[in-house]
Amino acid sequence: MSSYDFPDARGHFGPYGGVYVAETLMAALDELNAEYARAKADPAFWQEYHYELKHFVGRPSPIYHAKRWSEQLGGAQIYFKREDLNHTGAHKVNNTIGQALLARRMGKKRVIAETGAGQHGVASATVAARYGMECVVYMGSEDVKRQAPNVFRMKLLGATVVPVESGSKTLKDALNEAMRDWVTNIDSTFYILGTAAGPHPYPMLVRDFQRIIGIEAKEQMQEMVGRQPDMVVACVGGGSNAIGIFHPYVEVEGVRLVGVEAGGDGVATGRHAAPLSAGKPGVLHGFRSYLMQDENGQIIETHSVSAGLDYPGVGPEHSLLKDIGRAEYVAINDDEALKAFEDCCHLEGIIPALESSHALAYAAKIAPTMAKDQIILVNLSGRGDKDINTVAGLMGLTL
Amino acid sequence: MSRIAETFTRLQAAGEKALIPFITAGDPNPGLTVSLMHGLVEGGADVIELGIPFSDPMADGPVIQRASERALLHKVGLRNVLGMVREFRRSNQQTPVVLMGYLNPVHVLGYEVFAQEAAAAGVDGVLTVDCPPEEAAELSAALIAAKLDPVFLIAPTTPLARVKQIAALARGYVYYVSLKGVTGAGNLDIDDVARKIAALREFLDVPIGVGFGIRDAETARAISTAADAVVVGSRLVQEIEAATPETAKEQLTRLVASLKDAIR
Repeated sequence: MSSYDFPDARGHFGPYGGVYVAETLMAALDELNAEYARAKADPAFWQEYHYELKHFVGRPSPIYHAKRWSEQLGGAQIYFKREDLNHTGAHKVNNTIGQALLARRMGKKRVIAETGAGQHGVASATVAARYGMECVVYMGSEDVKRQAPNVFRMKLLGATVVPVESGSKTLKDALNEAMRDWVTNIDSTFYILGTAAGPHPYPMLVRDFQRIIGIEAKEQMQEMVGRQPDMVVACVGGGSNAIGIFHPYVEVEGVRLVGVEAGGDGVATGRHAAPLSAGKPGVLHGFRSYLMQDENGQIIETHSVSAGLDYPGVGPEHSLLKDIGRAEYVAINDDEALKAFEDCCHLEGIIPALESSHALAYAAKIAPTMAKDQIILVNLSGRGDKDINTVAGLMGLTL
Repeated sequence: MSRIAETFTRLQAAGEKALIPFITAGDPNPGLTVSLMHGLVEGGADVIELGIPFSDPMADGPVIQRASERALLHKVGLRNVLGMVREFRRSNQQTPVVLMGYLNPVHVLGYEVFAQEAAAAGVDGVLTVDCPPEEAAELSAALIAAKLDPVFLIAPTTPLARVKQIAALARGYVYYVSLKGVTGAGNLDIDDVARKIAALREFLDVPIGVGFGIRDAETARAISTAADAVVVGSRLVQEIEAATPETAKEQLTRLVASLKDAIR
């Protein structure tokens, strides 16, 4: 696999990715691409990025051996990459710092972002406060309801949260609205896209800023257990935490990469958010990738207990990794994710995000089929404090 | 010569500017679309832009988003849209029809299949908003093979190098986006548009249509002094939205006539 080098100069990951946007955005994307090429070659840029990750975010995030859970499951040893311990509570901040530093280089004083679960919105509001920028976050009105604590966190950080009422009122509609804002305010505004999707260069940009997860994990596993895991598992909505941990492992032989999509009520019911498991290639939000769509090419509404996975598309690099067989993609249903959420709380003393609970659920499912000396590394992409209202609601409680 | 080229040649000879109204196919219901298209022609439409409904119209403002949503309530797909054009062609062989929409419904049908079926239905041009020249090679080739005109956007932000690239690919006409924003926005600067169009002329062989944010006869007239064609969309869709299915055609015809008068 030594030939893995994507995307190409125009942002294609094999047949996926690309730049499918209206002409008005093309110049801004070219400008961003050119600035990132300069920043990428500038050691001072990366020096500041790493300084911020260390002193503001608290990196490196540790690796943790989930001993009790592994023992109870009776198979492979499960380890967590603790992205939940980052400042703001998820992996999202790795990317927002990188993009905010780019925005600053480009002299943009206003940043916008879309958010589903609110983690990317919080991470964007956080860096905007940190660097003194105006911040507007678009969020589907359904998500505003189910992620109320994060909405308030964004407001505390000085951001304006705009509820989006169009379409299904979730993440995809927030993305549409952010694009509309960007096209209107293109001179003053930097769009901090939260996942490894969207038009080129975003999938590459977000991956490069999230790769730190996998780079650290490789060093830490070597240090901790003297070898690399047999399997790396991460949840996939747009796919930023997954590509962040997968990418440094793509050329490492013997490491299985498993992306876990949101199965919602079950893939067979059609009520899910698993385009790699049950969709087909199409074009949405500026890129070509697997999509949840009907026979007319209309985007289908998605269903997941986790707002962060409730997205009908997936980052283009995951579509490529699926097609070339380097990564496998599976789906975990809402009830399985909730069971893993509870087990993680009880057995490990960690409240995981509902998104990450999908990855945990797959690890818990597959571990008993593996040998006790095998290792599964799960990207615990975020903490679950934001989800307590949702989980309480499912238990029939109000807080 | 294509129906679009013929139309512009005829208008130029008469010293007239083209009026290009836009409506979304299937809005407010699929049964009404063909009648509304005829209504547009009765009012003075020179070319019709017919919108393909899409669930995620990223480049459109709220008015055209709602039109898509109304059409999608009736499950109007791309093949239904082609059926409407076919029906329109039964009694109108003169007025060019340009399909305007987003790439995914076309992508899912397959570019060659789409191009052949569209040509057979009587479509003349296709504008996919989210398919810039960089990604358009395959679709453009299929369209040109089927004798359809690929129509491209040029924006106020488009640098000169890209204008030249677009000029090499464009057929029929180019659509100049008159403002930085979405369809139906309110920040149109007429003097700026006139300057930009004058500059574009040097590089373009095809006529230049201007749209986004043209809301009244006065603006249409001002734009038409510089452009070859004036595209009006959101304002017409608003008229459909405000009308009943019974009055929609009459109201639309009257509005189009007033716009055509203004640019004549």
